[in-house]
Amino acid sequence: MTIPSLRTEAPTARPAPGAAVLRLPAPGPSFLTGRLLPRLRAVAARLIPPLITLGLILSIWQVLCMKPGATLPSPSRIWAEASDLIIDPFFVAGPQDIGLGWRVLTSLQRVAAGFGLAGVIGILVGTIIGQSVWAMRGLDPIFQVLRTISPLAWLPISLAAFRDSQPSAIFVIFITAVWPIIINTAVGIRNIPQDYRNVAAVLRLNHLEFFWKIMIPSAAPYIFTGLRIGIGLSWLAIVAAEMLTGGVGIGFFIWDAWNSSRLSDIVVALVYIGAVGFLLDRLVAALATLITRGTAAN
Amino acid sequence: MRAYLRLDHIDKTYHRGAVATEVLKDISLTINHGEFVSIIGHSGCGKSTLLNIVAGLTPATRGGVLLENREVNAPGPDRAVVFQNHSLLPWLTVYDNVRLAVDKVFCGVKARAERHDWTMHNLDLVQMAHARDKRPAEISGGMKQRVGIARALAMEPKVLLLDEPFGALDALTRAHLQDSVMAIHQKLGNTVLMITHDVDEAVLLSDRIVMMTNGPAARVGEILEVALARPRRRLDLASSQHYLKCRQRVLEFLYQRHHYVEAA
Repeated sequence: MTIPSLRTEAPTARPAPGAAVLRLPAPGPSFLTGRLLPRLRAVAARLIPPLITLGLILSIWQVLCMKPGATLPSPSRIWAEASDLIIDPFFVAGPQDIGLGWRVLTSLQRVAAGFGLAGVIGILVGTIIGQSVWAMRGLDPIFQVLRTISPLAWLPISLAAFRDSQPSAIFVIFITAVWPIIINTAVGIRNIPQDYRNVAAVLRLNHLEFFWKIMIPSAAPYIFTGLRIGIGLSWLAIVAAEMLTGGVGIGFFIWDAWNSSRLSDIVVALVYIGAVGFLLDRLVAALATLITRGTAAN
Repeated sequence: MRAYLRLDHIDKTYHRGAVATEVLKDISLTINHGEFVSIIGHSGCGKSTLLNIVAGLTPATRGGVLLENREVNAPGPDRAVVFQNHSLLPWLTVYDNVRLAVDKVFCGVKARAERHDWTMHNLDLVQMAHARDKRPAEISGGMKQRVGIARALAMEPKVLLLDEPFGALDALTRAHLQDSVMAIHQKLGNTVLMITHDVDEAVLLSDRIVMMTNGPAARVGEILEVALARPRRRLDLASSQHYLKCRQRVLEFLYQRHHYVEAA
C-alpha cells in the first residue's frame, strides 16, 4: 500500500510548465445514435406488442376457419372476397355500391345530429336538476326509469311519431346519449364548491354570467365524462337502429350483407365500426383534456 | 371619525328540525371609516358566521347591518371578501380572476383600457403582476392569497372583509403578507374587518380588537383599543410595552376567562 506516499504527492494534477494540455475530441453522439434511435426504439416498444398479438389472433382465426365446411370465413378468404372494401373506403360504383367510408360518414352524420342535440339538452336539463332541489326530486326518479330502456325499444315509438326513418334514427341516438349527459352534468353542478358560489354572490353575477363563468367551467370534467359515455352509447345505438330503419349507413350495410350472405363484408364492416367508435371516444377525450385544462387541478 | 359600518343587535340561530342552535347573541359593533378592526375568538364561536352576515352571504335571524346608514342584506362588491382558502377560480389565470371582478364592478363606468390598467394596478399593489398569466394551481399558497386580496381591492369596496386570510399559510409567508396588508391599508385607508384566531396578528394589524366569548350564543366579550402609532414595524413592536400589554390582555381573555371548551 502506498497511501502515505500518495499524500505527499501534489493532490492536483497540473500540466507541467511548457507542456500543452491535449484535448481529445469528445465522441459526441451522432444524429442517428443520439436522437433517432431512442425515438425509434420507443415507437417500436409501443407498436410491436399489439402487432404481435394481432398476428397471433389472425393466425389462430385462420387455422380455425381453414377447415372445409367452416361456418365463418377465414382472414385469407375475407381478403379475397372483400379486398375492394378494405383497400378503398371511398369508392362509388353505383347508387347502392359505395365504399364503407361513405356509409360510415352517413351514420356519423346521424350521430352528430342526435348526439349534438343530446349534448345541448342534456347539459341544460342537467344544470336545472343540479341547481334546483325541486327539479331533482321531480325528475330524477323518472329519468332513472327511462334511462334503463333499451335504445331499440324507442324505435317503434319514434317511427310512429315522426313517420320517417331519418328523424327516428336521430331520435334513438338522442334518447340513448342524453341520460348519462344529464346525470353527470347534474352531479357536476351539485359539486360546485360553495366558495365559487360565494365569489359569484359577492360579484353579483347574474344567472347567465353564473352559468357561463362558474357553472360550466366548474362542472366541465363531469360534463365531459357524460359526453364520453354518451358518444359511445350513440355509436352502439346507431348501428342497431340502422339495421331496422334501412337506407344508407353502416348498420344497414351489415343487415344487407347478411341477407345476401356476404359474411366477409360483415367482418370488414365490424372492423370499421370498432375503429370509428375508438376514434370517437378518443376525440371526446382529447377535447376534454383541451378544454378542462386547469379546471380539475386546484 | 364617523360610524361607517354598524352591526346592530345581531342574533343568529340555526334551526335543524325542531332543534334550534343559537350561534350569535346580540352583537352590536360600530366601525369607523378607515378603521382596521379584528374579531378574535376560539374556533366555533361564530366569528366566521358574523363575517358572512356582514358580507350578506348568511342572513341574520334578528338585527341587521348598516353601511353608511343604509341597511345591507345581500352580498355585493361594496363588501368584498378575501376568503380563507383564496377561492380563486382555477380555470382562469391570475389576471382573469381579477379582471372578472373588475369587469363586473366597473362595467359601463370604466372603458376597456381603463379596466385593464386597473386590473394591473391592483396586481402591482400585491406584487403579483409578474404572474399575471399563471393559473392558480401554478402559484404558491401565499401568492394565491395575494391575488385574492387584489381581487377584493379591485372592487373598490367600502369595507374589506378578511376571513382568516392568512390561516392556511406558513409563519414566514404569513408575516410577509401581514406587512403587505398593513402597507396597503396605510396607502389606501380602507375600512377593514378581519377575522382571526392569531393574537399577534390581531394586535399587529388592528386599531381595535373585538374579543368574542365562546359559543353557543357568543357575544362581544371585550373591545380593546390598540393605540400603537402607524406605520407599525414588527421588530420595533417586539419590545414595545403597549404592544406587550395588548397582547397580554387578549391572551388573558382567550385563555383565562373564556378558555376553549371542547364541544360536549
